[in-house]
Amino acid sequence: MSSGPVPSPTPETAPFWESTRARAMRLPHCTPCGRPHFYPRSYCPFCHSAELEWREVSGRATLASYVINRRPGPAFEGASQIIALVRLAEGPRMMTNLVEVETDPVSLRLGMPLRVRYSERGDQVLPLFAPAEVAA
Amino acid sequence: MHGGNVAIVGAAETRDLGTLPDRSVLQLHTEAAMRALSDAGLGPDDVDGIANDGMPPFDVSHYLGIRPRWIDGTSVGGCSFMLHVRHAAAAIAAGAANVVLITHGESGRSGVGTRPWAPDPASLSGQFEQPFGAGAPFATFTTPVLAFLEERGMTRRDLAEVVAAQREWSDGNPRAARNRRISADDVLAAREIAYPFTRDMCCVVTDGGGALVMTSAERARDLPSADRAVHLLGSGEAGGTPIVSQMDDLGSFGAFRTACGEALRTAGITHADVDHVMFYDAFAHLPLYMLEDSGFVGRGESGAFVADGGTRPGGALPMNTNGGGLSYTHTGKYGMFAIQEAVRQLRGEAFRQVPGVEVSVVQGVGMMFGAAGALVLGNRT
Repeated sequence: MSSGPVPSPTPETAPFWESTRARAMRLPHCTPCGRPHFYPRSYCPFCHSAELEWREVSGRATLASYVINRRPGPAFEGASQIIALVRLAEGPRMMTNLVEVETDPVSLRLGMPLRVRYSERGDQVLPLFAPAEVAA
Repeated sequence: MHGGNVAIVGAAETRDLGTLPDRSVLQLHTEAAMRALSDAGLGPDDVDGIANDGMPPFDVSHYLGIRPRWIDGTSVGGCSFMLHVRHAAAAIAAGAANVVLITHGESGRSGVGTRPWAPDPASLSGQFEQPFGAGAPFATFTTPVLAFLEERGMTRRDLAEVVAAQREWSDGNPRAARNRRISADDVLAAREIAYPFTRDMCCVVTDGGGALVMTSAERARDLPSADRAVHLLGSGEAGGTPIVSQMDDLGSFGAFRTACGEALRTAGITHADVDHVMFYDAFAHLPLYMLEDSGFVGRGESGAFVADGGTRPGGALPMNTNGGGLSYTHTGKYGMFAIQEAVRQLRGEAFRQVPGVEVSVVQGVGMMFGAAGALVLGNRT
């Protein structure tokens, strides 16, 4: 159980948070244009279709950018944290934390392969990412 | 949109900036408003249009005994004021208002008369940013910068050079919160806030306010402030993303390209006509994005341009000549202060005056990468 703010799902995002609670990650895919998007919406942001289908994604990603926050808010109990932007293998980008790696730029390389981890937070489960070399 | 043939006829900041625990947010708005009206040679009874961000606009008008017939509460963060100027110009040109008062006040440091910030766990940020610790701007607005730098072969030293350049402008200015010269090495050696950002790469946090008075160019000619009128030559605005992770491109912000492109085009000028720029710098990476996205330098050239002195006193493109949000003041919504400095430069009244400024570009950003607004201002029509 990690400490910090707990996301509160809305109708269009609830299936995403249901999927992470089941240790998987599903995203809305547009049936006409075939593209997944993030964050979940009721319409495809690319072709504006409402014909969306929730499909599981691989959990593979690469590191797009990051900061190492040396002043986390009180909810995070003080430890430095890596706040990362990752690009999922399926295309969308998301914000997350990197785990199982030193909070040191020497250990971090843009483009490095990552694998999803799941971490309980209140009644939700957050998708976090670890370097693919150490991830199971 | 075109300039609308309107002018900024009054511009003022609060008497003091910095730590002002004895003033409420409403006092900061209204002190700035009365000073700007006085600067214009007008009074509250002349005002029939009101705009601000951060509280209902009628809070300010009612406090001052003004009964507006035009109201704009556009709230897109720190660049709201660029949009207010643009919208006010449209309103004045359309006859919806004669004299518009745009105010800003914020007790960013002391929090007097301010509603406490309450996170919303059902918002996009509350679901997809804040659970990961991306709440404070220093750990959120900053997240794309390593991608920006690496794509260009630039380093965090390029961020430090932005700070060093701007300190040459604020050097010795008693109104600036950070007003001593600093080297890029000193900036890099300072306490780390969120790698790669150190303390001085992050804006100051202050209390203060500012206000603008706008009217038609025709009426401006009849005011006692006529010879100090600043004309709106062009403007632009654009929306971005509510959460940083969803930027189209981590190394470039489309809203800067759209807003500044439209501002220059509608002003009918090219980059070569611009004498001075104010680029909203909540953090040291933003002037680098803006130099490139607004087209003043080519892609990947921003770091060398700053490091080689292009934006310093005596440089080809004087930038953030009050020291910027990094050094001068940042109440939480810095955009008002960027406009104030452009007005001072165009009037020849700045603390560190650039000789011969006739055209200034002000580029703002709001709600991190949420929105942008751009103005082209000139001291001639």
